[in-house]
Amino acid sequence: MTLEELVDTFRFFDDWEDKYRFIIDLGKGLAGIPDSDKIETNLIRGCQSQVWLTHKTQDEQLTFALDSDAHIVRGLSAVVLIAIQQRQAEEIAALDIEAIFAELDLLAHLSVTRGNGLRAMVARIKAVANSQTH
Amino acid sequence: MTIRDDFPILQRSSRGKPLVYLDNGATTQKPRSVIGAVENYYRNHNANVHRAAHELAEEATALLEACRSKAKTFVNAAQREEIIFTRGTTEGINLIAQVISSRIKPGQDIVISQLEHHSNIVPWQLLAQRTGANIKAIDITETGDLDLNDAASVITDNTAVLAISHISNGLGSVNPVANLIAQAKQVGALTLVDGAQAVLHADIDVQALDCDFYVFSAHKMFAPTGIGILYGRLELLNALPPWQGGGEMIDQVSIDTSTYQQAPCRFEAGTPNIAGCVGLGAAFDYIDNLPMQALIEQEEKLVAKALCGLRQIPGLQIIGEPENRASVISFLLEGSHPNDVGTLLDQQGIAVRAGHHCNMPLMKRLGIAGTVRASFSLYNNEDDVTALLNGVEKAATFL
Repeated sequence: MTLEELVDTFRFFDDWEDKYRFIIDLGKGLAGIPDSDKIETNLIRGCQSQVWLTHKTQDEQLTFALDSDAHIVRGLSAVVLIAIQQRQAEEIAALDIEAIFAELDLLAHLSVTRGNGLRAMVARIKAVANSQTH
Repeated sequence: MTIRDDFPILQRSSRGKPLVYLDNGATTQKPRSVIGAVENYYRNHNANVHRAAHELAEEATALLEACRSKAKTFVNAAQREEIIFTRGTTEGINLIAQVISSRIKPGQDIVISQLEHHSNIVPWQLLAQRTGANIKAIDITETGDLDLNDAASVITDNTAVLAISHISNGLGSVNPVANLIAQAKQVGALTLVDGAQAVLHADIDVQALDCDFYVFSAHKMFAPTGIGILYGRLELLNALPPWQGGGEMIDQVSIDTSTYQQAPCRFEAGTPNIAGCVGLGAAFDYIDNLPMQALIEQEEKLVAKALCGLRQIPGLQIIGEPENRASVISFLLEGSHPNDVGTLLDQQGIAVRAGHHCNMPLMKRLGIAGTVRASFSLYNNEDDVTALLNGVEKAATFL
């Protein structure tokens, strides 16, 4: 799914239920991270839920994998992955993920008032992307 | 007319639905009389206290000291000087953990329990680090009650302090504090009760409990945030060194040295949270005028009904089945994280807490990441229980 398709899909939701069912399903469809990689260095601790993040560079393409112990955070991680997929490190570093979450009316989940680790995850993705720009 | 009508915020909606407030373990809502008292204080009486050179200061001081007298009655202290104003439970515990430092010898034990809130763990860890003492925790049983057999072996001649919660914030267990205090007294230990969850949910009688210290926060009993009470046995308080230095707490000051006031001023450096005290005073008055027995019975019925309904939901597990439960229910939905359930309830206007509830050692002991916690207060009603049950059932269909 592209970001444009995701944004279009969200436009059709007229209540919270469809939207959250969709987010949870997105999370369920996420490849995730194998348990062997769910180690301390890949862990982003939220106050409540936890997020794991790994990345690799293949053929000069930076890719990330995300996982969480909570369905909704996992689904929101899938949204982040859709937003950054196929982009170069420079683009990811400069990407306004908050604006994308705002467009999807999900900005509250990135707010400092939520202790779900998502905000720290986005910060770490950007840091990784930044470190790979020359 | 029910007491709900006294709480303006309960009329608002949340996420476009009627607000169902079941996060009372975190904080309670405020009745009109408390809100009004704080506003009235700032409109008509605001001045600094204990410097009564003018009428306003005299009025502000009278309001603050009236709150102290009401707190004395509320906890059944022997004397009003035993009531110290703090920022809340956390500050009360930190204050005591600080001022008793010189009484703790290396190798002695500070006894807490597996049920404690981080506020009743970390200050003791800091004390242990300063003094070379050890932390020991009374274990829990399968039901989430304190294991009294374990308590009997943990509390020994080597125990310097027993610090225990009156009611567990994570599971709602009402702890046999009087029994534990008696054991601790026998070995000459100092005793502190964390009463954060007990206000409005248990009888607080510090003389009957025979504890040295009892602490609680005002905001969990309809009063403003940022104000709390530390009860301490007067003789003991006056034998302890001050905590923070500043105005109010001194007797005589020279450039080199100072002498200090007796309790309570000894522990109340600086301008106190006067408006908070006024609000707390109004909360004491409000509670005094409630038909408490009837309301507590009604709350117990609601908790029982909610428990019964939750047990019917497939895949739902109640966490903690304490023998004596206060108005807290912790639960999990199979295959989901408590945060998921919390978010899906929030979307339905239902406010609960999800997570580890500042109980990380307890959650680790139970082998879970956290729970969903519904906690009740005197203003909750049958509609709230119905909304919770329907809300959880709906959430379960998502997961």
